[in-house]
Amino acid sequence: MTVRPEPSPLARTTTTFVGIAILCLIFADVAISTVDPWQEFNRMLLGLVTPDFYATDSVTQAIAYTLAFALLGVALANVMGLFLALLFFSRIVRTGCAVIRAVHELFWALIFLQMFGLSPLTGVLAIAIPYSGIIAKVYAEILEEANPAPLKTIPAGTSRASAFIFVRMPDVWAHFRSYSMYRLECGIRSSAVLGFIGLPTLGFHLETAFKEGQYSEVSALLILFYLVIATMRIWMKRPLMPIYLIGAAAILPWGVAFSFSNIVRFLTEDIVPHPLRSGAGMEAFWDWLHMMVIDQAVPGTIATVQLTMIALVATGFLTIVLFPLISPLLLGKASRFCGHVFLVVARSTPEYILAFVLLQLWGPSMLPAIVALTLHNGAIIGHLVGRYTETVSLRQDAATGFNRYFYEVLPRVYRPMLALLFYRWEVIMRETAILGILGIATLGFYVDSAFADLRFDRAMLLIGITALLNIGVDAISRSVRTRLRLQTSLEQQ
Amino acid sequence: MMVRSVLAAAGVFALMQAPVATPVVAADFVFTAIPDQDETQLRKRFGKVAKYLTKSLGVTVKYVPVKSYAAAVTAFRNNQVQLAWFGGLSGVRARELVKGSRAIAQGKKDPFFETFFIAHKSTGLKPSKAFPKGIAGRTFTFGSKGSTSGRLMPEFHIRSAFGKLPNKVFKKVGFSGNHSRTIALVQSGAYEVGAVNYKVWNREVKSGKVDTSKVSLIWKTPPYPDYQWTIRGDVNKQFGKGFGKKVQNSLLTMNDPDLLKSFPRAGFIAATNSDYAPIKETAKKIGLID
Repeated sequence: MTVRPEPSPLARTTTTFVGIAILCLIFADVAISTVDPWQEFNRMLLGLVTPDFYATDSVTQAIAYTLAFALLGVALANVMGLFLALLFFSRIVRTGCAVIRAVHELFWALIFLQMFGLSPLTGVLAIAIPYSGIIAKVYAEILEEANPAPLKTIPAGTSRASAFIFVRMPDVWAHFRSYSMYRLECGIRSSAVLGFIGLPTLGFHLETAFKEGQYSEVSALLILFYLVIATMRIWMKRPLMPIYLIGAAAILPWGVAFSFSNIVRFLTEDIVPHPLRSGAGMEAFWDWLHMMVIDQAVPGTIATVQLTMIALVATGFLTIVLFPLISPLLLGKASRFCGHVFLVVARSTPEYILAFVLLQLWGPSMLPAIVALTLHNGAIIGHLVGRYTETVSLRQDAATGFNRYFYEVLPRVYRPMLALLFYRWEVIMRETAILGILGIATLGFYVDSAFADLRFDRAMLLIGITALLNIGVDAISRSVRTRLRLQTSLEQQ
Repeated sequence: MMVRSVLAAAGVFALMQAPVATPVVAADFVFTAIPDQDETQLRKRFGKVAKYLTKSLGVTVKYVPVKSYAAAVTAFRNNQVQLAWFGGLSGVRARELVKGSRAIAQGKKDPFFETFFIAHKSTGLKPSKAFPKGIAGRTFTFGSKGSTSGRLMPEFHIRSAFGKLPNKVFKKVGFSGNHSRTIALVQSGAYEVGAVNYKVWNREVKSGKVDTSKVSLIWKTPPYPDYQWTIRGDVNKQFGKGFGKKVQNSLLTMNDPDLLKSFPRAGFIAATNSDYAPIKETAKKIGLID
């Protein structure tokens, strides 16, 4: 009798997740239902190659606002995030951070719109709050992984503040710096996306141009957006940061009046469930809750989980295909350059835009959302894994071609790739929210409907459920990563 | 290195300084309009109206663009705008939320507004006088979630005809966002049937934007009251006695065809809150307001 080897935990986890995704796919609504997409598709292509940079009113203003919200939001998030990271030993702080980062910045913006209106504060806080939660977690991890040896050398009686500033900071400073640059890039993307719901950033014009089918204008705005992101490493010099921040604060129109009573009203009236607010009593409240759960929360949650699981596994497959594009182990310099350009475009294009285009081409179903999420996230993880292969050195006599890919490179990157995928899981789930706004019936769809109906009580309940779901996924992901001993520090590059 | 980055920074900074941000000061009279169609021209269209009102009212009047119907209502509720060009439903919602606010003017034909049901030719649906029951089981798109002509009225008629919620009647239900988009989506066949504001449909057919060999009108709803100007009740306190009346007069006497084209309306007539009672009832009936 032959003894079959135990399958490795990595293989088992992979099979489980692929199995879940296939199960989700069987029950998912994926179809191409468009009858006549080519006319619109041709117009899109024509627009893409004929960008019109003069079509948008005040486009420089939109770029300036996009940068201003991102700079101020991310700067504020860095300060708050660092502060919270120092308190990360406290369970309350950890939970609080998990909650604030579980809510997508678009939802934060929709909430703040009710309190502050179209004031710069709405945009800055919508970025700063969720980012603080993310940054706190990452900075806490960096501090934890830092070398504890220097702490042992300081004399007894050194105050905690000086120990931190003079002993710990020098060690972790470089990590903080590079991570905050990465966050700034995310911040610019988020800031642009906030335009979709009315803040005066690039997304404002992008959404309008898309909705009106002005594809030459769309093309121009996207090119400008890629340029801003691609040139970031050139203009973003740390000594200039104070100038940028002052500039950002100076150009935003702070004069918009907002009243304290709006904030109080939102917090004490608007978000109180309607039956309680109108005094209809507890019974009416239970009916309301029952209706919300059965009609909205349950179907929304099912669709959200379905979409997330399919997109997660598809992202994994796409990553395996994409990372060689920029890997020096597998491709020459010229091909890698093209690969880089492709990955930058694919990961900078907001998934909302991708889903919008595909919805147009294929008609309404979950398919456009799956493909959009997969392309966007596959490009991000593909980039990180590709970069990781730069640190891998092969033997002189290593195989070449497909053998090298399958037997040398892939096994070496598989573990870090899984780490990144599981890290990204929660992010993908958060992103399904924004696709709900396009009409794909995830929880985000019901949240958007609640805001459209000015029913903030319903919106807050659904956002709360979304947050719980994200926290749950985050916990599962963490336990899987621990069990498989997957390191996460790659994400921090 | 440093010199280069300073130059780069100066460039970015010049870019940021170029536009003149125009903060809205508390003393300005501000209005907005629901983004129901052709959003690229909003600033151009309503900028002219702001200029006209500035001249006739003697205070600085500003227009703020918003992205959604709900954002227009919120801005009105939070007193960030004092006047708004609303649809029937958004107007009802706004007046529910702001005590003392009033509908003051509507387009000449707005008391008799209509929704058109349009269909892709592959459905084989033909125009009819009676409600087109053949739309059941197809894919269907509304306009914006908060639209009167694109959501409220078509949903009301669909529910009365079938006695079921739209997502039980149709294979798939979508919300296009605005009326121009609804036409584009039905024309491309992304959705088979859609509900659209009759004015937008007529205008786009006339201007040749619609390929009528692919999408056509199959049913018209009975008329109902729609768009109106609504003003906050506290404007007299903010801008002086009789200010509300003055705004109403300015709107009613607007007769420059170029300005009226922004709406597009032939002219404005007086309106009152009670003109929109049928809309409020309908919205309550189908559960769009509590």
